[in-house]
Amino acid sequence: MAMTGILRPGHVQLRVLDMEESLNHYVENMGLLETDRDDQGRVYLKCWDEQDKFSLVLEPSDRSGMDHMAFKVATEQDLSRFESNIKKFGIETTRVAAGELNGCGERVRFTAPAGHTFDLYAEKEQVGNGISTTNPAPWRRDLKGMEVIRFDHCLLYGDNFDENVKFFKEALEFQLTEQIVDGDVQIAAFLTCSTKAHDIAFIRSEESGKLHHASFLLGSWEEVLKAADIISMEDIPHETGPTRHGLTRGKTIYFFDPSGNRNEVFAEDSYVYPDSPVLTWNADNVGQAIFYHSRQLVDSFMGVTS
Amino acid sequence: MTFQITIEDTGEQYACGETKHVLAGMQQLGKKGIPVGCRSGGCGVCKVRVLEGDYASKKMSRDHVTAEEEAEGVVLACRIFPQSDIRLSVIGKLNKAVNK
Repeated sequence: MAMTGILRPGHVQLRVLDMEESLNHYVENMGLLETDRDDQGRVYLKCWDEQDKFSLVLEPSDRSGMDHMAFKVATEQDLSRFESNIKKFGIETTRVAAGELNGCGERVRFTAPAGHTFDLYAEKEQVGNGISTTNPAPWRRDLKGMEVIRFDHCLLYGDNFDENVKFFKEALEFQLTEQIVDGDVQIAAFLTCSTKAHDIAFIRSEESGKLHHASFLLGSWEEVLKAADIISMEDIPHETGPTRHGLTRGKTIYFFDPSGNRNEVFAEDSYVYPDSPVLTWNADNVGQAIFYHSRQLVDSFMGVTS
Repeated sequence: MTFQITIEDTGEQYACGETKHVLAGMQQLGKKGIPVGCRSGGCGVCKVRVLEGDYASKKMSRDHVTAEEEAEGVVLACRIFPQSDIRLSVIGKLNKAVNK
């Protein structure tokens, strides 16, 4: 097996102010599929091409933002190994019982130095992607809206930035793929546990534990344009795009869910191998690093989190 | 019904229909004065104090507006819908781009 350890972002749990509006957004407009609900009022969703039962949990709340993000590890042995790595790094862990989230195995929970809660787990119920595993069709015909393919990554703002990046590299064995630097100071770090351009990214901030965006994959630039059409049709608060990022090369558009949590849908970004060089953007080129065409920062994009 | 919104800090005035939130009314007419963020009650940058006027409101994140503040007319402009002319002052601001 080429991929070991932490395999991928498994899910993100977002706090929402109004469940009905949120489901309209994520199901009707973005095209996720509802798979379950629980007695806490949480609703479980997946993107169509994911095999696991859920990748997005919506939690009713009186505040917005990210409750936690979770990564799937390959085996139970990996779960114990990372638990030990995290403790050795000096960070406390707890175990969340299997079934606390429907269909999810036991989770190792910790707060990373930048203030976000993360879980690792080895088991989650698989429900399939709705396509036969024998002579599979290339796509499903019953999808809605943007037809997002998978939950891809989160970009997070937090403090204790250098310690946080060190923690992800050393304790969780992530690889730095791209960065923005101002002299000796790293402002942004894009990190992967796979061969993706990023599975998580962090921006240096004075605030602890903030969500910048949760991102979902599309298949093509044409699908990014279709997403832009839906954003206007459905009066979804639009922020910026369609455009291209310098960082990761992704073709992208940004908008907000009905609780003010930022979403991205994107397509056609780059990839890495374990021996790929780290790509560096200089701070005086930050406009181009983020929005490759306009080369100008957008105030809300840089300053607004949930 | 359409009502007149006045931003006390800048003297900016604009018309806003009762079905539009006060921030959308400002943005659609190309007016400025209240910082624009998520427009969904989650980020807090459009926080204002309503000095005068009536409005209906939707839920806003308690990370940014406490129940006590809301009762005193401290609200997010993206979550209030005018039911009379409104005078307000701006509290919220956009954070710095990046912190080193």
